[in-house]
Amino acid sequence: MIPATFDYTRPASVDDAVRALSDAGEDAKVLAGGQSLMPLLRMRLAYPDALIDVGRIGALREIRDEGDALVIGAMATHHEVIRDPLVREHLPLIARATETVADPAVRHRGTFGGSMAHADPAGDLPAVALALDAVFLVRSVRGEREIPAADFFVDWMTSAMEPDELLVGVRVPKLGSGWGVHYEKFHRTAQAWAIVGVACAVRRNGDGVEEARVALTNMGPAPVRASAVETAVSGRPASEDVFRTAAAQAAAGTEPPADLHGSSEYRAHLATVLTARALSAATGA
Amino acid sequence: MTVQEGDAVTTQEVGSPRKRSEDARLITGRTRWTDNMTPAGTLHMAFVRSPHAHARITRVDTSQAKGRPGVVAVFSGADLAEEQGSLPCAWVVTEDMKHPEHPPMAVNEVRYVGEPVACVVARDKYAAVDALEEIDIDYEPLPAVVDMDAALADGADLVHEDLGTNKSYTWVFENGDLDAAMRDAPVVIEREYIQQRLIPTAMEPRSVLCVPEDEDYTLYSATQIPHILRLMLATVTGIPEHRLRVVAPDVGGGFGSKLQVYGEEVLALLIARRLGRPVKWTESRSEGNMTVHHGRDQIQRLTLAAERDGRIRGLKVNLLADMGAYLMLVTPGIPLLGAFMFNGIYKMDALSFTCTGVFTTKTPTDAYRGAGRPEATFAIERLMDELAAELGIDAIEVRRRNWIAHEEFPYETIAGLTYDTGNYEAATDKALELFEYDKLRAEQADRRERQDPVQLGIGVSTFTEMCGLAPSRVLGSLSYGAGGWEHASVRVLPSGKVEVVTGSSPHGQGHATAWAQIAADRLGVPWEDVKVLHGDTAISPKGMDTYGSRSLAVGGVALYSACEKVVDKARKVAAHLLEASEQDLDFSGGRFSVRGVQQEGKTIQEVALAAFAAHDLPEGIEPSLDSDATFDPENFSFPHGTHLCATEVDTETGMVKIRKYVAVDDVGTVVNPLIVEGQVHGGLAQGIAQALYEEAVYDTEGNLTTTTMADYLIPSAADLPAFTTDRTETPATSNPLGVKGVGEAGTIASTPAVVNAIVDALRPHGVNDVQMPCTPERVWRALRGEAKPRAAEPGAGGGLGSAGGDQ
Repeated sequence: MIPATFDYTRPASVDDAVRALSDAGEDAKVLAGGQSLMPLLRMRLAYPDALIDVGRIGALREIRDEGDALVIGAMATHHEVIRDPLVREHLPLIARATETVADPAVRHRGTFGGSMAHADPAGDLPAVALALDAVFLVRSVRGEREIPAADFFVDWMTSAMEPDELLVGVRVPKLGSGWGVHYEKFHRTAQAWAIVGVACAVRRNGDGVEEARVALTNMGPAPVRASAVETAVSGRPASEDVFRTAAAQAAAGTEPPADLHGSSEYRAHLATVLTARALSAATGA
Repeated sequence: MTVQEGDAVTTQEVGSPRKRSEDARLITGRTRWTDNMTPAGTLHMAFVRSPHAHARITRVDTSQAKGRPGVVAVFSGADLAEEQGSLPCAWVVTEDMKHPEHPPMAVNEVRYVGEPVACVVARDKYAAVDALEEIDIDYEPLPAVVDMDAALADGADLVHEDLGTNKSYTWVFENGDLDAAMRDAPVVIEREYIQQRLIPTAMEPRSVLCVPEDEDYTLYSATQIPHILRLMLATVTGIPEHRLRVVAPDVGGGFGSKLQVYGEEVLALLIARRLGRPVKWTESRSEGNMTVHHGRDQIQRLTLAAERDGRIRGLKVNLLADMGAYLMLVTPGIPLLGAFMFNGIYKMDALSFTCTGVFTTKTPTDAYRGAGRPEATFAIERLMDELAAELGIDAIEVRRRNWIAHEEFPYETIAGLTYDTGNYEAATDKALELFEYDKLRAEQADRRERQDPVQLGIGVSTFTEMCGLAPSRVLGSLSYGAGGWEHASVRVLPSGKVEVVTGSSPHGQGHATAWAQIAADRLGVPWEDVKVLHGDTAISPKGMDTYGSRSLAVGGVALYSACEKVVDKARKVAAHLLEASEQDLDFSGGRFSVRGVQQEGKTIQEVALAAFAAHDLPEGIEPSLDSDATFDPENFSFPHGTHLCATEVDTETGMVKIRKYVAVDDVGTVVNPLIVEGQVHGGLAQGIAQALYEEAVYDTEGNLTTTTMADYLIPSAADLPAFTTDRTETPATSNPLGVKGVGEAGTIASTPAVVNAIVDALRPHGVNDVQMPCTPERVWRALRGEAKPRAAEPGAGGGLGSAGGDQ
């Protein structure tokens, strides 16, 4: 449980960080809260030449209100996100899902941006970002760019960021009124990763569903939107029967993994059950 | 507890829920864990371990590693072949038992993933681990042997070619006429249960530090058994026993996994001797998951014959027990510890037990909390629920019709043991009341009626177990290599303070607190005045260590006897000082007084000082009050209890949630109720973990796929319900304290209670078994009527634990 040797730098600003990242070349890794990267290093499953520790860049921890959206700094810890009044008011889905991440120790060190950049398909927050149409704010010495969530999560533990790019924040549109949200996580122990998770936001119009967004955790190499379900419930009454029927298509087009905690077939089944439950919970139906 | 006794107010320590005096330093870590100790000049070891389940080693090239910075030495198995000997097995269960050589470091062949193949010794642990990657080893892969039935088939691939078979032994116990019991039996229930392989997960990893000093060696180890380890190290290495001192400093849990003589301990000693410098090694968690001995891993084939009224006629048990690749300290005997427990608390006419020990290319198995008894208890308690279902009678009622009634004790069971005391009725009645059994049964009926997707199940476990290992003559009759006594000595210092030395070796049990309570009561001294010493063969020279819930029932009784000897001697000295006859002295609250003349007296502290000064001692009395005693029990002790579990089973997902858990245990007289409560809680967590969470999974190539805690799930407090615990107290008659032992009860009782509850919830759906651990997917598949897959399927999804998978 001892990492191989690596160079270590701890830049004081974003500018310094992206310069260090650029100088370090392809085999550098950004160290955020370390809750995923450190175990990989210690088990020698990752061998970066250099670690760029962004833990002391205070500007990356800010959570700010931009009117119709919040920008959550990449280095805000899970604990800070859960407690943040802006997040709780405008983006309760993020607060709810973050509360299910691992355990209190991890939530005090692990960061919002770190778990996005890690792009673990079993992580809870990528599906939430996808459901909320978040936009990832990325910096490098070459400049700044914005990557929509739909393009950000590319493959198993792979994001659309280039090796010299640093995630500085995530812009998440506020949902506004009329929306109900829920994150349904299915796991065997409290600290375990989701076998399947469902992030869900539904806007009601009276007794009916006006718009629904459903994204799935750990149903493929990257989080996926359950588009067929979204379409099937739109314009229909918000009822358990409607949700169950629609949720039967939750696994359509997914490629769920198989591991010790569940086969692909079982995950596909879970997705249907959990999606129905998430829709019901989000709408109170 | 405060007791009014004449004019004197004395505090009675036994029975008092004292907080553990050792906890503050254990919990903060400001203490002597082995890895906390680094004498000047210490070198650090790291091991290259086999990546193959089975392979011939054709070449080990250590030359590159030797040149790495900080590296002092590199050894292959061949380098140590002349001196490393073979790791011991102290339990030769049959005369023809196959018992392969087991070198601490593999020389020619590796037989499980994780077996040590080469060792780097370096100035710091970072240099040692870095140099591992420079060792070049060639292997010629051989077939893995992972399935017990296949391993016993004709023409099977062999784990040990020279043995000619994968069968280590077959051991049989029979009593009563089983054929008669089975013949024309109105009810016959046949079942196969799998006791999955478990990994004992002690909080503190294994760690060993060996410090050489001329011809003498002090070996510090995170072990449960410093005394046994010393003898075994002498036997294996040929280093004379009196040149070895073994210290178990503070040890952070063991659960049987540190009841072992490990290759790393032998190698630390040999390498410290070679290099003449202190040598240390501490395992990582994933290294430990591969190489700490595993537990359980049995296939149980069971046939129960009964009358239509539910009365049991007989039970036939056919076991396959996975030994793993080698026989370690007590590997072959572990399943046999269950042989005498398959009948549980029930009366029956015949019992037949056959166990075959099987070699596979997996990590060796050995003792894990309960050791043989959880497996046996699971089998009989699951069968009792199956019998109840078959007959359509209540699970409690079928037990009542079979158990030994309280007025029948002492009772000789079909397994040949004499249960001294017990009151199954009392424990069960109390449990039913706390559980609100009838109310939950009504809710269950309602949910069934409504076809609620969440069904309620109720599981029963009315268990007993055998503790207090063990009467030496019984161990002798089972061909075990040592006795089962325990030793204690009491030193009364000149100032009146007391040192208690115990031969049992605590690693979390709370001896420092409980032993002081026993001594304080017997000697009439304040609890704070007693210090408990243990775990060092130089300080505590005699002992048989800690396992099998034996500490209190054997070691505690030795302490009780040693205290009695102190008081007897003090009485002689006090009588002399008071110029009274011994018969006229009362001893109460730590003071000897002349009967009828209360003001005339001497405290035990005054007597101790007089015995130390020795100015005026009676004829023939040597200075000091120090005494010692060894206790060898006449019989085992038999804790029992009734555990009731209610589970909510989500039939749509297969998820199981424990709604309520009631444990009423009878562990005899209780020294410290808080410690007992803690033991029960921890035991329940571990037993529930077998039912719901834990499983060591090997793939078909013999790779362990559960090397991290992301894959090998252990529950935390967040995953467990609030337990309702209570006790009945039926004192054991086999020892003067009336104690029975509590270390394993919770683990033994809870596993079948949980699985019974799950099956009870699903029985209307045609389910009569779910293989452990009852994962959501297994429960879901059982509901769909699918045949259970024997092993979980390893693979690679998301999450850290699977990051090394085949992505």
